[in-house]
Amino acid sequence: MSDHNYTPSSKVGKWFNDRLPLLTLANHLTDYPTPKNLNYWWTFGGILTFCLITQIVTGLTLAMHYIAHADMAFESVEHIMRDVNYGWLIRYIHANGASMFFLAVYIHIFRSLFYGSYKSPREIIWIIGIIIYLLMMAAAFMGYVLPWGQMSFWGATVITNLFSAIPLVGEGIVTWLWGGYSVDNPTLTRFFTLHYLIPFLILGLVVLHIWALHVPGNNNPVGIDIKKPSKDTVPFHPYIVIKDGFALLMFMIVFAFFVFYSPNILGHADNYIEANPMVTPAHIVPEWYLLPFYAILRSVPDKLLGVVAMLSAILILAVLPWLDTSKIRSAVFRPLYKQFYWILVADVLILGYMGAMPAEGLYLLIARVATAYYFLHFLVVLPVLGFKEKTLPVPLSITEPILGGSPDLVIAKNDKRDAKLK
Amino acid sequence: MSEKKPKRRDFLFTASYAVGAVGVGAVVWPLIDQMNPDASVKALASTEVDVSSVKPGNTITVLWRGKPVFIRRRTQDEISEARSVKMEDLIHPEKDEDRAKNPEWLVMLGVCTHLGCVPLNDKGDYDGWFCPCHGSHYDISGRIRKGPAPLNMEVPKYEFVNSNTIKIG
Repeated sequence: MSDHNYTPSSKVGKWFNDRLPLLTLANHLTDYPTPKNLNYWWTFGGILTFCLITQIVTGLTLAMHYIAHADMAFESVEHIMRDVNYGWLIRYIHANGASMFFLAVYIHIFRSLFYGSYKSPREIIWIIGIIIYLLMMAAAFMGYVLPWGQMSFWGATVITNLFSAIPLVGEGIVTWLWGGYSVDNPTLTRFFTLHYLIPFLILGLVVLHIWALHVPGNNNPVGIDIKKPSKDTVPFHPYIVIKDGFALLMFMIVFAFFVFYSPNILGHADNYIEANPMVTPAHIVPEWYLLPFYAILRSVPDKLLGVVAMLSAILILAVLPWLDTSKIRSAVFRPLYKQFYWILVADVLILGYMGAMPAEGLYLLIARVATAYYFLHFLVVLPVLGFKEKTLPVPLSITEPILGGSPDLVIAKNDKRDAKLK
Repeated sequence: MSEKKPKRRDFLFTASYAVGAVGVGAVVWPLIDQMNPDASVKALASTEVDVSSVKPGNTITVLWRGKPVFIRRRTQDEISEARSVKMEDLIHPEKDEDRAKNPEWLVMLGVCTHLGCVPLNDKGDYDGWFCPCHGSHYDISGRIRKGPAPLNMEVPKYEFVNSNTIKIG
């Protein structure tokens, strides 16, 4: 942090800042030294902030028209779609906004995995991020219940029943969650309450996430510690602001495409049928962003172990900084990890596809292999790789190799060339 | 602090923490318990169903406590099929005699014991029910035979008020 000695130029500013140093904070944020080699994968933090604010603003306005009651919720959503001024627009932004939020968060997470951003000294940033991700899933799930369609109702039934897998107290917990003996009005009203609350919890955690980030500063594509401020950094404003802004515009084009041209493509037709506790839809499928975990749940033939596997698949990420034993952060200098990284990406995509397919035959077999590999990656590949992998030499700074002065990079290049010749 | 002997102040600390913990617990409990089923939900504990119009081989579904209840009038073939199954073949061994006191009538919660979906009638590999969510197969006694569900479909407390009426709950 470069701004300990900041003094506002105006007298009023100085008076205010002495009492509440908001201007010091603003100055810190604008001057914040950022690695000059950040690529576009680093723009998703800003995009995610945009997504969160979009969800909060559209959510607040939807809440002015939505009625959280089992008899009226479905109709009130149709009322929003047909009668409320621009209701269709606000609801489509909110519904597709959830998908866009997850799209961005997955890119953000996989960016972190590729460049080793979760490693020391950034473990706390990473863990806060995982908590945000868990809260996002909770918020998305509860939000999906609110329209009280068939998928809402049966999704709520299946997910809350996951808790019944807990020995002894499971059934009691499920009844407590429901406020009855099945998913019904008491469930809907509490889900609405929590769906309203969680985004603000996320907002608080985002502040902590950014605060924790600003202590060590950003990781970067080369993954080395840099001197701040130095020739390796640029101030956040205007350099990163402009870059983030441009990426956000590109992202908004994709967002707008979904909202205006295919607003229902990511949803399920069954959710336009009002909830009916007597009939389960033929295919219950969660939203796309939860499919990989759903596939893991279904690939284990035992109820309790299935739930344990699914939760472990998420929670294993929280201990990732200690599972990855390699001292080198960026995959750029880890030739083996780079390959395993892409295998993991493919594995998660395969799991997602299998989660959307019926759990039988070849689909089930592939889902089981992919589930096993997912855990293998984190529990075996990453710990072993740190000891076995021959990493490439990393440059001493971002600037040096570009200016041609780093002996380390020459070695790196030679190693690469030698490897190719072999 | 090397002396292990507790002082008056240690006693005060411990006592304060203990009273504080009880106080916090007493305040938190109502906030947690308010989420449990309320009096109006509990009041809907039983339902009476007229089953006079149900033909043999048919199933009706009624709602009880927000959950579907299957009432199947079984044919003679179905009864003998249900009763001829060997206990060793069952994942959750239960005699059909214990599940259907009156063999003609099978009354059970139409809720899959895996994750709570409603299984489909007359489907699956065992001539009973099949859950479309995660592929559990139940036999004509509602017993789990194949798939991820751990238990047979639950038989609720019920009684015949008269020959045409079943009271569930």
